[in-house]
Amino acid sequence: MADLKPDELIARTNFTPPKTGWMDTPTVIREGMFCYAAKPKSVATLGLPYPREWNPLNDDWKLPENWKEIIIEGMKDRLERFRTFKIFMDICVRCGACADKCHFFIGTGDPKNMPVVRAELLRSIYRNEFTKAGKILGRIAGARELTLDVLKEWWYYFFQCSECRRCSVFCPYGIDTAEITMMGRELLNLLGLNIDWIATPVANCYMTGNHMGIQPQAFVDMLDFFADEIEDTTGVRVHPTYNKKGADILFTTPSGDVFGDPGTYTAMGYMILFHYLKERYGLDVTWSTFNSEGGNFGLFTSNEVMKRLNIKMYAEAKRLGVKWILGGECGHMWRAITQYMDTMNGPADFLEEPVNPITGTKFENAKSTKMVHIVEFTADLIKHNKLELDPSRNDNLKVTFHDSCNPARGMGMFDEPRYVIKNVCNNFYEMPRNCIREQTFCCGSGSGLNASEDMELRLSGGLPRANAVKYVQEKHGVNMLACICAIDRAVLPPLMGYWVPEVDVTGIHELVTNALIIPGEQEKTVNLRGEDIPNKDEMDPDEYYTRPDFSGR
Amino acid sequence: MALNNLLKQNKDTIVKKWLTSTIDIYPADTSRFMKGQKDPFANPVGNTLSVNLGPLFDELLNEMDCKAITSYLDPILRVRAVQPILSSSQSTGFIFLLKNAIRESLKKELSDKNILKELLYFESKIDELTLIAFDIYLKCREKVFGIKANEERNRTFRAFERAGLLTEIPADGPGL
Repeated sequence: MADLKPDELIARTNFTPPKTGWMDTPTVIREGMFCYAAKPKSVATLGLPYPREWNPLNDDWKLPENWKEIIIEGMKDRLERFRTFKIFMDICVRCGACADKCHFFIGTGDPKNMPVVRAELLRSIYRNEFTKAGKILGRIAGARELTLDVLKEWWYYFFQCSECRRCSVFCPYGIDTAEITMMGRELLNLLGLNIDWIATPVANCYMTGNHMGIQPQAFVDMLDFFADEIEDTTGVRVHPTYNKKGADILFTTPSGDVFGDPGTYTAMGYMILFHYLKERYGLDVTWSTFNSEGGNFGLFTSNEVMKRLNIKMYAEAKRLGVKWILGGECGHMWRAITQYMDTMNGPADFLEEPVNPITGTKFENAKSTKMVHIVEFTADLIKHNKLELDPSRNDNLKVTFHDSCNPARGMGMFDEPRYVIKNVCNNFYEMPRNCIREQTFCCGSGSGLNASEDMELRLSGGLPRANAVKYVQEKHGVNMLACICAIDRAVLPPLMGYWVPEVDVTGIHELVTNALIIPGEQEKTVNLRGEDIPNKDEMDPDEYYTRPDFSGR
Repeated sequence: MALNNLLKQNKDTIVKKWLTSTIDIYPADTSRFMKGQKDPFANPVGNTLSVNLGPLFDELLNEMDCKAITSYLDPILRVRAVQPILSSSQSTGFIFLLKNAIRESLKKELSDKNILKELLYFESKIDELTLIAFDIYLKCREKVFGIKANEERNRTFRAFERAGLLTEIPADGPGL
């Protein structure tokens, strides 16, 4: 703003917006709406092209001379390789069903965030270069030439999409707009135009096995520290195993939960659960310090990079000789696993078809990937009464559940998290129907957009989610937002802090282990966060009798 | 107080005009959506405006209770503080649009000098409201900056922690 000239300042007070269509409205790259450019070192580490220092706010992006040729060739190659991309470029009839479904459009008010327009950014070039109608009729057929401004527009808006797929739920043709964004980002990566919040975690993951760049010994240190914390609050010492050959199950979860609150409490929750299962049923679950990341920011870079990072899951499972893999509460990890892993790096014939050894349940949905979601696993344990639970320990909480986009829309998991929450908490309230399950609103920070420099984008994109939380907070006094995604656990606290400060954030397995009666535990007075556990004797009798678990009901 | 009565009688028309012109600050496709979608969860921005402008207008007609005004203005400014598509002046200046809405709705009545005098007084209340809006807007912006700073600080702290450069003072350590 400080650089604006007087006449530009006056223009900014104008209350009449431009009446031009999207193609004729120039894109302005605004502070707060974009993430910093990828550091050359990270791009180089991955062997991706054109690592260099560049700044999105500068006119010169230091592009290679033949950048246009590279993009067009890249498009051609992908149109041939990916049938979906070709179809998605061809079949949209611009009905507008998706237009108002994007949280970024709803929150930012920027029409170029309408999914149909975001796709048109790419389609207009596709028509111009690859269709007869576009070549002959040009603008009339919705085609336009690829210019530097178009490229910058791509970069700005493909990194304002969190690939959450809410729009695709409403598309009558089933166009997966997230895959259009993925293709857009792949093309931008051909010119080294990634954002650093993606490129550096990907480089870290490639070199050390996790996004945070945690070395194996530091990973062990952190989990040992959690074991101390657990002992302080429960009196029970848990003994996680690392890289244990011949263990029953390999556990993989996002590294974010090992280093950031409130995810750390979810990580402690896993450790307590595994301890419980070992003590009670002899189940042997091991952590890996090499496969120390469930998330896969490669998904936000390119198909090839995603594949490169994903392979370590199978490789480590093979090395350790486990039966199958258990995955933690993560978001996009599950999209990568459910929809891509099997064809990228599978089939994992060396693993067994997952069966819960405690209950005998076959996880048919994971038959091919050999990887089971921990919430599904826990729901199965609860269903078969294998966990001793006291939900009243969570009575200080009034919980609502945010369906994280990828487990919800990427793998269709809606009921298991609710089943688990209802069994470990007495107070659960749903947000309105058009904000949950398959219609869930994104946190506004997914797909690698959870940096701090794009906070305005995150807070405006998260508005529809926060707005629904605010509703249940005002109506039912909800004070806890549960979710099953590490990015959610990192980004929802600031989102709540801005829009609904009364509400805190938790993972489901923190709630589970709050309620879990661990063999040998001391009398619990505080939960993992060190907060007082409600004392039953001090409870208001009226509240006690109205609780769902009251035996006299 | 003739003007107040006129404003009360014409409240619906005036507030509607105010709302329309406020929404029209957004690009055409956005304003069309905000006007058309009535579901508050599908359209929180439009809904926030339509729910709060009416009560704000009532406050101008009455005593201008600061607490009430803040409760109606805050949700609107909180949204605008994270919408860089609007400039700061556009974000707060929508309140001035009420002046146009009143002038247009009461064209005939405003030929009366006494009413016009009252309008001058009323418009100074609108100015005051704009200043309150400016304060709230700035507070929201400060909150955004605070969140950004906090995230950066936490990240730096965690980087130090990972590098093994931090040692926590043990809870049961010797006292000084």
